[in-house]
Amino acid sequence: MRKFVLRYLIPRIIQYLTLIFVGITLTYIIPRLAPTNPVEAQVSMMIARGSSLDPDAIEAMRAALTELYGLSGSPVEQYFAFWSRLFRGDLGPSLGNFPTPVSEMIGQALPYTLRLLIPALIISWIFGNFFGALSSYYPENKALNVVEVLGQVVRSIPYYIVAIVLLVVFSYFIPIFPFSGAYPIGTRPDWSSLDFILTYLEHSVLPAATLILVGFGGWFVGMKSLTSNIISEDYVVYAEIVGLKKRNILVQYIMRTAMLPQLTALAMSLGTVFSGALIMEVVFGYPGVGSLAIRAVYSNDYSMIMGITIYSIIGVATAVFLIDLLYPLFDPRVRYQ
Amino acid sequence: MIFLSYDSPYDPSKSFVVPWDLPPSWEHPFGTTSRGQDLFWWLTFAVRNSLYVGVVTAIISRVISILVGLTAGYRGGWIDRVLMAISDTFVVLPLLPILILLSFLLRESMNLLNLAIILGLFGWSFDARLIRSQVLSLRERSFTRTAVYSGTNSFWITIHEHLPFVLPIVFATTLNNLLWSMGMEVTLSVLGLSDLSTPTLGTALFWANQHGALVAGVWWWITAPALVTAVLFLGLYLLFTSINEYIDPRTRLRLIGG
Repeated sequence: MRKFVLRYLIPRIIQYLTLIFVGITLTYIIPRLAPTNPVEAQVSMMIARGSSLDPDAIEAMRAALTELYGLSGSPVEQYFAFWSRLFRGDLGPSLGNFPTPVSEMIGQALPYTLRLLIPALIISWIFGNFFGALSSYYPENKALNVVEVLGQVVRSIPYYIVAIVLLVVFSYFIPIFPFSGAYPIGTRPDWSSLDFILTYLEHSVLPAATLILVGFGGWFVGMKSLTSNIISEDYVVYAEIVGLKKRNILVQYIMRTAMLPQLTALAMSLGTVFSGALIMEVVFGYPGVGSLAIRAVYSNDYSMIMGITIYSIIGVATAVFLIDLLYPLFDPRVRYQ
Repeated sequence: MIFLSYDSPYDPSKSFVVPWDLPPSWEHPFGTTSRGQDLFWWLTFAVRNSLYVGVVTAIISRVISILVGLTAGYRGGWIDRVLMAISDTFVVLPLLPILILLSFLLRESMNLLNLAIILGLFGWSFDARLIRSQVLSLRERSFTRTAVYSGTNSFWITIHEHLPFVLPIVFATTLNNLLWSMGMEVTLSVLGLSDLSTPTLGTALFWANQHGALVAGVWWWITAPALVTAVLFLGLYLLFTSINEYIDPRTRLRLIGG
């Protein structure tokens, strides 16, 4: 047990902390390297909007904004102030929706993203791996070959295009699914009514389908190339000679082995998948974090973009860390060390 | 798949590059946009620019990944650990929010070259890892030891002895990286975060969205760029897998029936 903690747990925790540290530091450095001064940009925008402010008020606003962006003091002081604000969970008020705090708005949008992303991720991972292994074990199967070609096609094309194609086909040419949003415009979310939940699900079909399709293609192709190596391993050949049932060989000998690298790959791909989900929301007008981000871009809501970036880094890092912690459950070698 | 792999439908450097200097003809193969442009000819520019972004990004990130991969692999020890920790971080980081933040701040000075440089700075990590693992195995081979014993300095060993082995991987990953960066360009442009006056595949979609092309019934405005992107990506992807298969001696043997 002690060895497990030393050899396995501590490196993971260090990696987790590095990830957050590097990510947050990046988001700290980037705005400061940018040639535009966010405070001045904000001030001149407010002046341009035609508010008749006297110079004193503008000066006060400038000071408030400088405080808000954490731009007062030397760079080192700023850096520490930045972290201490983060630990308090204070990301400042949204500039587009003043004075609602950024964390509150993200908190409202996040469940929509997660309810879409997590099931889609799990479904595509399980099915992609399962069918990928099947198709490399039965290379003659026509149906699986068709699936493989489809998987390759979907996988190679950017998320956005897949989403657009599905949207155009299934809500424009063949209007079976609603055009955008997570519920009809004008209705209020009401989680106690069955009707609302049904329309919510109906609205979620297309976005979820896009996520699942793209994910499925990726896992399918990855799993296939993994298993095609495993199949020629001695122990598989031996199992076949001994005359074990094909299904048992596939599930217990092949899939089990290939599962481990695929689990690592799942952790590695989370950042990309998350980015994909954000794009998806923009295409489908789904009210999650992605849509929030895009609205923030249009309304020049700097603190919101910053907040979303920080949230995503911490969220993805934590998810990766959790998968790493699950890993010993699947790999006895780590467990018994 | 096997015959496709040796006969990829696309030569990405030629297919769209030839006709862009011709005057627009009287027919409009892809229709025209609400902004009064011939979509087909506009898209020829778009494809060229998107490829440009892809290539610049690929070159930059290749240089970084080769440097990091070779150093980490050959030096090992704590340098290796630090470099790989950083590169793992880059692999896992959710890039899109960071890129949104970046391009939001740089919006005024955003042009294709800057975009490509930024993407290049973020797109090296996974391939660095690949190169490193290759070098790790090369380091144990006898020719490396011979070189070390005969007093060759480590820089020379890495450049002259190891780089040639690594190059095939580099070529294979270049195309993958190209696809990635072009996809990112499409994404950022669609969100309105790049230089919108330059035609690229992403800005084509951005303007179509901006004019509500689907709502107005101008469906081809969205469909054409989407299809062109899809075909281009698919072509490049098939090229990538076929090169990969060609480089890997095992599959090559299988293909010639060995």
